[in-house]
Amino acid sequence: MNEWIFYAFSAVAVAGALGMVSNVRNTVAAALSLVASMVSLGGIYVLLEAYLIGVLQILVYAGAIMVVFLFVVMLLNQRKDGFSAGRQWVMKTFGAVLGVAGAVGLVGLLPARFPEAAALPEGFGGYRALGVMLFTDYVLAFEVSSLLLLSAMVGAVILARRSAD
Amino acid sequence: MLEIVLKMLFIVLVILGGMLPLITWVERKQSAVMQDRIGANRADLMGVTVLGLLHPVADVLKLFSKEDVVPTGANRTLHLLAPVVAIVPAIVTLAVIPFGGSYTFGGATLNLVVADVDWGIVFVFAVGGIATYGAVMAGWASNNNWSLLGSMRAAAQMVSYEVTMGFSIVGLFMIYETLQLPAMAAWQDDSFRLLGFIEYLLDIPLPAFLGWIRLPLWGVFLQPLGFVLFLVCIMAENKRPPFDAPEGESELVAGYHLEYSGMRFGLFYTAEFLEVPVIGCILTTLFFGGWSIPFLPQETIVGFIGAGFGEGFATGVCLVLHVLSFLMKVALMIWLQMALRWTLPRFRYDQVMDLCWKIILPLSIANVFVTGAIILWIETVMA
Repeated sequence: MNEWIFYAFSAVAVAGALGMVSNVRNTVAAALSLVASMVSLGGIYVLLEAYLIGVLQILVYAGAIMVVFLFVVMLLNQRKDGFSAGRQWVMKTFGAVLGVAGAVGLVGLLPARFPEAAALPEGFGGYRALGVMLFTDYVLAFEVSSLLLLSAMVGAVILARRSAD
Repeated sequence: MLEIVLKMLFIVLVILGGMLPLITWVERKQSAVMQDRIGANRADLMGVTVLGLLHPVADVLKLFSKEDVVPTGANRTLHLLAPVVAIVPAIVTLAVIPFGGSYTFGGATLNLVVADVDWGIVFVFAVGGIATYGAVMAGWASNNNWSLLGSMRAAAQMVSYEVTMGFSIVGLFMIYETLQLPAMAAWQDDSFRLLGFIEYLLDIPLPAFLGWIRLPLWGVFLQPLGFVLFLVCIMAENKRPPFDAPEGESELVAGYHLEYSGMRFGLFYTAEFLEVPVIGCILTTLFFGGWSIPFLPQETIVGFIGAGFGEGFATGVCLVLHVLSFLMKVALMIWLQMALRWTLPRFRYDQVMDLCWKIILPLSIANVFVTGAIILWIETVMA
């Protein structure tokens, strides 16, 4: 049962990712495909018993970040400009090489057998375990990233004020 | 499995089948009462009008018989998909709402919630975030500038209010020490002495008669500011007046669902109406003790009735009473939302955003700090 749910979510995730890449002309449709992909990723997290991460994936990525993305894309979609042809060629080549390399690496992994899954500790995937870890073992990383976000926020406000003057 | 299906059936019958059609009637009748009119009373079946209660049926018949138009130049797939994306989140949210407590019959335990999950309230927020796409997709796919403006407003408004909505109830999580909605409701099934804190402040025992002044241990009494802020945020998420800037018919014709007709327009309409009882359920569970009956905890009811009729019967009666209590509180919350909706005029769009970022966000963060300080004080001084 779980396996079939996994395949369903994976199919949607892959289809969404492909839709995002292939919708070159239609940026809004590309962004919406990415949303579908992210929601299914959230489902896969839940299957892995990382419940909180799964829900946060939907809440933060699919729900909040992508809405802001769409907002920007819808504003800019009215303009018809893009990258110059030469730059597009460089980006496409680079992306194709990276994509093929990634695919080859993944296919190479296929024959490998996965080790037996380790037993999960008590409360795994819940907000309690995650909160305790964030504020004990990983407190430095947590605080540094929050500082980074704060500086980004202050920077955005300064930039917005400058252009208003 | 059968248990879950039965619970889902209950929700579908009571909320979707019962409350939803009633709400369209309540909206008309309550607005009529508030504006000194008579309200909807003409729809009849062989001359029987039953207070206008047939209007929801007439509405649906009318919507189904209208032509379903997809404008030229519209993105057909997204245009057809958008109303569905708008309505599904509202239905899915009901999965984590407890409409009753936990009851033990002999050896079996019946838990009156479809999905009793650890992260219940986060699920509500996550699903609410998805609801934004309904409005965004609709406006963009319609290929109409008014619609697009409406959906831009919807996107900005809903994302902003989702942030503050989360912040406004952090104080509540700190008090309940859980994110699980059934556990929150069970936590509130109690009462407290309103003046009990005097014992600790003045170090004298409270006179007995003052000890009789008790309040239910509800979130609304522990976090009054949190309740007001959360109510504002969740009503803004709902996009009904006074927060209907995304529709703003005086500026944007009909905003994001301008290009919809027939039952597809009906789905947007239904989604907004369905969110009203869903919001009622969330408010009841978080702030008004969920299914609990004030001053009558579950053990008291079961003990009192069980003394005469046996425990199994008493638990059954308690279950029915709790579900009725829950539905009654939800009805009150719906009344509150309707009253606010028909009292306040629409905010100007910049006022909506100012209210969110400049008033609600600082207040809710202050609320978190004050709540934390008080909890710390209680744990160190009172203990």
